[in-house]
Amino acid sequence: MTPRNGNHGLPAPFQVRDCSLVSQATGLRARTLGELRSSLRTIPLSSIYHHFWGRLLRAQFSEPEFNNDFASWAQHALHDRVVAEKLGAVNPGSLSDFEGVRSELLEILEARLEETEFVPWAQGDQQFHFILSQIIVFDTGYRLDDPAALAASIGVLPPGSIYYHFIDSRRRTPHGEDDFSLWLRSFGEPWAAAAQAIRGVDPYFSSLAELRANLTTTLQEHAREVEA
Amino acid sequence: MKTDFLEPYARVVGLAEMAALEQLAHPLAGARVLHVNSTKEGGGVAEILHKLVPFQRALGLDASWEVVEGDPVFYQCTKGFHNAIQGNVVPVLEAHLQAYLETNERNAVRLRDALREADFVFIHDPQPAAMLCHVPDRQGKWIWRCHVDASRPYRPVWRFLQDIVKDYDASVFSLPEFAQSLPHPQFLVPPSIDPTSDKNRELSSAEVSGVFERFCLDPEIPLVLQVSRFDRFKDPVGVIEACQIARKLTPLQLVLAGGGADDDPEGEAVLREVHAAGTGDPGVHVLLLPSDAHTTINALQRASTVVLQKSLREGFGLTVTEAMWKGKPVVGGDAGGIRLQVVNHHTGFLVRTPEGAALRLRYLLHNTEERERMGRTAQDFVRASFLLPRLVTDHLSIMLRLRRGDGDRIELPARNGRHGAQ
Repeated sequence: MTPRNGNHGLPAPFQVRDCSLVSQATGLRARTLGELRSSLRTIPLSSIYHHFWGRLLRAQFSEPEFNNDFASWAQHALHDRVVAEKLGAVNPGSLSDFEGVRSELLEILEARLEETEFVPWAQGDQQFHFILSQIIVFDTGYRLDDPAALAASIGVLPPGSIYYHFIDSRRRTPHGEDDFSLWLRSFGEPWAAAAQAIRGVDPYFSSLAELRANLTTTLQEHAREVEA
Repeated sequence: MKTDFLEPYARVVGLAEMAALEQLAHPLAGARVLHVNSTKEGGGVAEILHKLVPFQRALGLDASWEVVEGDPVFYQCTKGFHNAIQGNVVPVLEAHLQAYLETNERNAVRLRDALREADFVFIHDPQPAAMLCHVPDRQGKWIWRCHVDASRPYRPVWRFLQDIVKDYDASVFSLPEFAQSLPHPQFLVPPSIDPTSDKNRELSSAEVSGVFERFCLDPEIPLVLQVSRFDRFKDPVGVIEACQIARKLTPLQLVLAGGGADDDPEGEAVLREVHAAGTGDPGVHVLLLPSDAHTTINALQRASTVVLQKSLREGFGLTVTEAMWKGKPVVGGDAGGIRLQVVNHHTGFLVRTPEGAALRLRYLLHNTEERERMGRTAQDFVRASFLLPRLVTDHLSIMLRLRRGDGDRIELPARNGRHGAQ
C-alpha cells in the first residue's frame, strides 16, 4: 500500500531511486544443453534472474530476438533454433517466482534432450558462463509530488531508475507490479487508466532507453487527458 | 565534487547519469583508494588510471596512484607473466621468480603506510600482486584487477600467481571467460574508452579530412580501415584479401594502420607479409604510426566509411569500441570480445573468412541508410556500455559491495529529498 502524506491525506511523494548491478562470475559454464541443465538445477536464483533481467543494465547489446541469455546462447552457440524459441518464450511475469522460471527452463531442456538424437556442442570460446549479480539501490534524493511531476520527469530518469522502478519492482511488490503504476493508482480514478497503461507496457525486447521512451509517451498522453 | 573535471563527461553521458554516479559515490566519500600498477606512462592500464584516479577524486574519494619500481630482470619476469596469462608457453626461471618476489617486498616496504592504511587497494595486473604478502597488518580490502585475457593461461605460471592472488579479498576480470578458480568473489568489469581522450574526442572536419591529403588517400573513394598491431591474430593479410575481393565490384581503399614492430620479431615478419600482399596495389595503404599518434588514429577512424577488425583471436577489441563510438559499423572477426560488441545487422557483422568480410563490406558500402543506422546503434551502445563513467560506476559498486556484504540486495540509506523533476 502506498503511504499517505500525513499532512494533506495525499499519497506520499514518489521517491526516485536508482541502482547499479555488480556482476560476478560463478565459475560454472556449459557447452551442451545437458551441461546447461545440470548447472540450472543448482545455480542460485539470482543467476537465473540475472540472465533474464540483468542483461538490461550490464554492458550487453539488448538483442531484440530473445528475452533471455539462455535462448540467445542456444541459438548463437548451439544453433538449436527449436530450443532457442522455446527458451525465448519463457515469461517470468506469468510465473509466481524465479523458482518457477527454473522449473520451466528445466522442463524445456529435459524435453529437448529427450527428443533430439544429435547433441550440439558449443565451441570452446562460446560456452555459456553463469553470472550472478547483486543490486545496489540508492536514493537519488528526488521526490515527485504528483503524477504530473512524474510525467514531466520520467523521460530524464537514468536507466538505473527505470530498471529499479519498472523491472526490479516486480520481485519486490506482492503482485509483481511496477512502482510507477502502483503509485499512480493511489491517486484514484483520474489516474487509473494511466496506471493500467503503464502496467501494460511490455518490458521485453527493449533497452532501458527504449523502455523509458515508451513509458514517457504513455504517461504523457494520459497526463494530457487528465489535464483536459 | 569537482564539476570542472566531470563536466565534459556530463556532456557525453548526460546529467542524470552523472548525478547517479555522485549518489553512488556519496557513501564512499573520503575513502582512501590506492591504485598500484607498474608504469605511469604507456600501455592501457596507465591510460585508464590517468583518468580513473582524478575521476574518483572528483567524486569525493581520496584516490591515489603508486607505481612499483623494479630492475630489468623484474620487468623481464613480469613480461613473461603477461604473456603466460594470455596462454603463451613461457619458461619459468627461478632467478626471475626470486627477483619478482624481492622487488615486490622492496616496494611493499617503500609503500607500507599507504598500503596498510588504504580502505581499498586495487592492484593492477601481476607486477605488484605479491606486495600483499608483505602487508600482513593491512586494514582495507585488496582487489586484484587482471586486465589481460586470462581465458587459457599457461598453467605453471598461473599456479604460481594463483597462490598469491588467492589471498586477495576479490579479483576483477574483464569477461566471464577470463575468470579463474579462486576462493573469493570474481567481479566482472568490461573495459571502457575515454570519450574525452585524444583518441576519442570530437575532431573538427578539417582535422578529419586532413588525413586524406596527409596519407595520399582519395577523398572520393570510400575508406575502409583496420587499426591493429601487425600480428597474425589480427589477420592483416586476410584483411587485404577481403578488400581485394570486394574491390572487384565495389570501389574502396584500405588503410591498415598499426604501431612499429621494433621489439617484436614476429611483428616484423608479419609486416613483411603485409607489404608483400599489398605490393603493387594502389588501393592498399600500410601506415606505421608512432604509439602516441592518438589524434591521427581518431581522424582515420572518423574519416572511414566502414571499419574492419578481422581478428582471429581477440581479448576484448577496444579498437572496435573506438570505431563504434565514432558511429562506424564494424566488420569484425567472430572471436572473443568482438562478439560482445558487433551484433549482426545491428552494429555491424561478424565474419570468419576474407570472403565473408568482402561480402559484408560490399553490403555496407552499397547501403548508405543501413550503414548509417548501424553506426548510430553502435554509438548508442558504446555510450550506454563502454565509456569511462560506466567503469567508474563498476568500481564504486564493487567497493560498496565489499564494504556492505554479499546479500542479493544492498540498500544504501535514503538522503534528504528534493522535490521536483531532475
